[in-house]
Amino acid sequence: MSASVANRGSRWLDRAWTGLLWGLMTLFLVNIGLMIAAVATNSFAKRWLGTWLPEGWTTSWYTSAWKEFQLDAILWVTVQVVFAVVFLALLIGVPAAYTLARRNFPGKRLLMLLFLLPLMVPPITYGIPLATVLYKAQLAGTIYGVILANLIPAAPFVILVMTPFIEQIDPNLESAARVFGAGTGRMFWHILVPLLGPGILAASLLVLVRTIALFELTFLTAGPDSQTLVVALYYAVFAAGVRAPQSVDAMAMVYMAVTLAWLLIALRFVNPTQLVSRVKEHPQPA
Amino acid sequence: MTAPEAPRAAFDRVLLLVVPAAAFMLLLFIYPFLYGLALSFNPKEGGALANYAHFFTTDNLWPTIWTTLRLALPATLINVGLALPIAFKMRVKSPYQRWATTILVIPITLGTVLIAEGMLTYFGPKGWLAQFLQFFHLYEGSIRLTHNYWGVLISLVISGFPFAFLLILSYITGIDPVLARAASTLGADPRSQFRHIYLPLLAPGLAMCFCLAFVQAFSVFPSAVLLGSPAGPTRVISIAAYEAAFEQYDYSMASAIAMIMGFVQLVIVAAVLGARSLMYRGPVSAGKG
Repeated sequence: MSASVANRGSRWLDRAWTGLLWGLMTLFLVNIGLMIAAVATNSFAKRWLGTWLPEGWTTSWYTSAWKEFQLDAILWVTVQVVFAVVFLALLIGVPAAYTLARRNFPGKRLLMLLFLLPLMVPPITYGIPLATVLYKAQLAGTIYGVILANLIPAAPFVILVMTPFIEQIDPNLESAARVFGAGTGRMFWHILVPLLGPGILAASLLVLVRTIALFELTFLTAGPDSQTLVVALYYAVFAAGVRAPQSVDAMAMVYMAVTLAWLLIALRFVNPTQLVSRVKEHPQPA
Repeated sequence: MTAPEAPRAAFDRVLLLVVPAAAFMLLLFIYPFLYGLALSFNPKEGGALANYAHFFTTDNLWPTIWTTLRLALPATLINVGLALPIAFKMRVKSPYQRWATTILVIPITLGTVLIAEGMLTYFGPKGWLAQFLQFFHLYEGSIRLTHNYWGVLISLVISGFPFAFLLILSYITGIDPVLARAASTLGADPRSQFRHIYLPLLAPGLAMCFCLAFVQAFSVFPSAVLLGSPAGPTRVISIAAYEAAFEQYDYSMASAIAMIMGFVQLVIVAAVLGARSLMYRGPVSAGKG
């Protein structure tokens, strides 16, 4: 008898606990959703002061934000930076990942540490010494400096995503290609690149989304002509008193649209947890 | 970096593929770091340690360490503390899991700047949250959640919680469910499964997650400026470093602050990983998995 009562009590506790967790999660997500909705509403508002909804609707903030912040120039810089970073990160990252996946050599652990460190140390810590060096080399303030700075977390990220991916490709395929006389270069293009396609696509989308959102390094190294969208948004919010808040929110919506569009594309090809970290996917027994 | 002692004739040219990436990291990550370290001991005036002496004797510099810790530690504890039970609940593959992970990725990719702008609009004194609370008379008086400590803390939770959640979820789903099933055939309910199976196996992952979440929170910059009061209660250490570098153009001092920042992070990370090593070490899969 008492056992069943205790059982019922603990089941009630379990249910309360589950409810509490779901409640917290819902509260969190609802507030984030409303936060985004508030920005969206404000960007279409004529005037919005202390009421539930604005007094009237307009799209003029978008045209004025576009002109005021010179969004076309900023978007063009962003596109250039992001694609250059993705391309260069793949160019140096994929071959390095191949070596790390296939060969054992002295100093490998040290090399892995070298590639892991930039992901563990936050950008602002190494960004300041980096910016100092880039200013000395007269690269800071130019788009090249911004690209170089953004490559520092991007290249190791490609390496860490691609290494386990390459490890799972059967080395016999490469040996077969070698037997038929293919050199490293031909083997790379004709065997590895097609097989690595999905992994390269996933890695490049992840780098792309992360680079769009990476604020600190661009902020520390960009000059007036080499701001990406996120840095321009920061300056717009920072100097908010000067401009209408709706105009800043319109710009935030443009930024959000760009990020979300790429995020949705990325999510079609990759598991969300990969955006955060590299953790080896363990085989799930059925 | 490549294998030097391999016999010359059989030198493996594949090893050369790693050279560009390694050279890039040495040139743009290690070199600036060492350069900054050297520069920090080479102040504009005074002896080698003048920058550090200045930092620890100036009233608007050394307290930034505590200001930052006061923000970063609670934020990390909240994030990891909430993420662990929720991730544990969602460890079984289900449609919810896919949906929740997808939705939670959004705040991470939007980044801290957009979160700050959204919070200024939504949590502000005239925002929807304040209106809602006053409309239902849940809270009277003015609601101040922006431009102070709480604004920054909330923004750290919004950007940090999804990160901690996804990381812990990937660790939990990496633990072989066979172990938990074995425990449940022996009569263990979910709670004791958690205590005796999952928690010990998760310890390394949790320690790693805590470190990563802490390091992120510790380097808070945009939200401390936009959502906090950067002159007062949320004057964090990264603001001090930024001001030294880009407002006073004292790169030597800025490097010194960056080094102090890195050192404090390292101390906390070492403490967490050290505490972790007192606990269970072993494989997380049953047999061959």
